[in-house]
Amino acid sequence: MTQSEPTPGIPAKQILDVQNLTKMFGGVKAQDQISFSIEKGIVCGLIGPNGAGKTTLFNMITGIYQPDAGKVAFNGKDIRKTPAHRLVKAGIARTFQHVELFSSMTLLENILVGMHVRTQAGFWAAVTRIPAMKREERQSRRRAEELLEFTGLCADAHKMAGDLPAGRQKTAQIARALASEPLLLLLDEPAAGLNPVETHALGKLIQKIKQSGITMMLVEHDMSLVMEMSDKVVVLDQGKKLAEGTPRQIQRNEAVMSAYLGNG
Amino acid sequence: MAIKNNYIRIEYLVFLCAVSAFGFVTENTYYLQIMTFIGINTLLGLGLNMLMGYTGQVSLGHAAFYGIGAYTTAILSGTYGINPWLSLVCAVAAAVFIAFIVGLPTLRLSGYYLAMGTLGFGMIVNIVIREWAAVTGGASGFVGIPVLEAGPLIFMSGANYYFLVWGIVFAAMIVCRRLLASRTGRALRAIHDGEKTAVAIGINTHLLKLEIFIFAAALGAVAGFLYAHFVLFISPESFGFMFSIKIVTMVVIGGMASVWGALLGATVLTLLPEVLHGFAEYEMIIFGTVLMVVMIFMPQGLTRGIMDMIRTAGRART
Repeated sequence: MTQSEPTPGIPAKQILDVQNLTKMFGGVKAQDQISFSIEKGIVCGLIGPNGAGKTTLFNMITGIYQPDAGKVAFNGKDIRKTPAHRLVKAGIARTFQHVELFSSMTLLENILVGMHVRTQAGFWAAVTRIPAMKREERQSRRRAEELLEFTGLCADAHKMAGDLPAGRQKTAQIARALASEPLLLLLDEPAAGLNPVETHALGKLIQKIKQSGITMMLVEHDMSLVMEMSDKVVVLDQGKKLAEGTPRQIQRNEAVMSAYLGNG
Repeated sequence: MAIKNNYIRIEYLVFLCAVSAFGFVTENTYYLQIMTFIGINTLLGLGLNMLMGYTGQVSLGHAAFYGIGAYTTAILSGTYGINPWLSLVCAVAAAVFIAFIVGLPTLRLSGYYLAMGTLGFGMIVNIVIREWAAVTGGASGFVGIPVLEAGPLIFMSGANYYFLVWGIVFAAMIVCRRLLASRTGRALRAIHDGEKTAVAIGINTHLLKLEIFIFAAALGAVAGFLYAHFVLFISPESFGFMFSIKIVTMVVIGGMASVWGALLGATVLTLLPEVLHGFAEYEMIIFGTVLMVVMIFMPQGLTRGIMDMIRTAGRART
C-alpha cells in the first residue's frame, strides 16, 4: 500500500483521506465515488437528505462495511481491510444515531468498557489480581470519573445506563466514545431527539472536545448546529458528493439548496 | 464501592461457614452425597453462566465438556494407570483444546445458530463415547475408575469428597467473581447487551467469546473429573443432550448473570429428582413446569426474584 503512505518530508495534515469510495447494496450504489479529506483538529459536518448515505459512509470509515472500490486512509495508513475493533485502537471512535449504551450496566461501567482498547488486563490478571491490574483498574476509574465530569454526567455515574433520560444517554454515548481516547470522533446525529437546551449544551460539549484536539465528523440534521460547529461541510445526496466547503459556501450553494428544498 | 465489596466478602464468608458446618456436622452419607452432586453441578452451572448468563451465548452442548472431562480421566487413570491428578490436567487440556477447535467456527454464529451448532457438537461427542466401545466401554459404561488419593487422604468417604468438591466450587466462584469485576467481565457483559456495539467500541468479540467458551469448557471438565472419581462408574447417558438441557435449566432457574444463581439453580435441580423419587417418570414434566413458572413469574431467575421480593416486602413495611 505504498500509494497511501504520506509523502516524506511533509507532515500528514490530513487525518482522514477518502478517495473514490464506492459501496453497492445489491446493485444500488449507496456510495458513488466519494472523495474528501479532513484536516487534523477540525470539525467536519456531513449533511444531506435522508438516504444520502451518511451513515453508510460512517460505517465504511469505522470498518463495519467494506467498500467495493476506492480507499480510506487514516493518518496516512490504508484502513480498508482493518477490522472494526482494531480501528478503535488506532483512534477512530463513533456514536450511533440510535443510542446503543449497554443498558444492563451502570453509566460508569459503560465508560469503563469504553476504555477497553486503552487497557490491558486479561484473563489471568483478573483472576490473580496482580498489582498491575489493580493499578490499571484504579486509573481507569479515575479517568472515567474525569470523563463524566467533562461531559457533565457525574450525578448519574451509578445509575443503570438504560434508565437514563434520552438526552443523557446521548451524551453518555459521547463520553463512552471519548473513553477510547480517539483521534477522530464520528458523531451520528447527536442532536436528534434533544430539546433546544440540550442541543445548546451539546454544542458546548463539541467545542470542548474540539479544544482538546480531537478531530470530529458530525452527521446532523440540525442545520444551525452543523453550521455553527463545522469548519468544513461535506454534502451528500443520493450517494454522491454534492458539495464541499466552508459553512458559508455551502449555505450559498445552489445545488445544495435544490437538493434540500426540491427543484420547485 | 468499598462498602459494597465488604458485603460481598461477608456473603462468601457466610457461604464458606455454612458449607463447612454442613460437612462437619452431617454424618449421613446420603446427604453428603447429594451435596457433593450439588457442588459438581454448580461447577457446570458456573461455567455455562459465564457463557450464557453474562455473555449471552447459548450453548446446548455443555454436557459434552463434562463428558470429555470424565472420560479423559477415566481412560487415562483407569486404563493406563496414570496418576489421577495428572489426568485432571490432561482432562482440562483436552476440554480446552476441543473447545478451541469447536469454538473457533461456532462462535462466529449467534442466537439460534450458535445453539444449534453446540447442540450438534454435544450429540457428536455423545455418539463418539457410545460407539468407541474399545476405549470408552461404549453404552454399557466405563468400569474401574481409581479412587482419588493425596498422601494419607483418601477421597472416598462422604465428607472428604464433599470438602474436595466444595473447595473447588468455592475457588471457582472466586475466579468467576474476579473475572466479572474486571475489564474482561465488563467486555463480556457488553457483548451480551449488544454485540455490534461492543465491536464498535473496540472489543474483539470473537476472541473474547472464544476465551469464555474455553473457560466454561475447562470448568465443565473439572466437574467431569470430580464426577468420575466420585461415582467410579460412568456411562454415556450422564453426558447426553438431556443433561445439557438440565444445565441450561439450572442457569435459567437460578438466574442468569449471577454467580449465586448457578449455586441456587444447581441446588434446585439436583434436589428435585431426589424429592420427587416416586414420580421419576414425570421428572421432565415437573422440570418443564418449574421452568415455565419461573420464567413467567421471575424471568430474571430465582436469585433476582427472591431478592426483589425481599426488597418489595421491606418497602411495604416502611
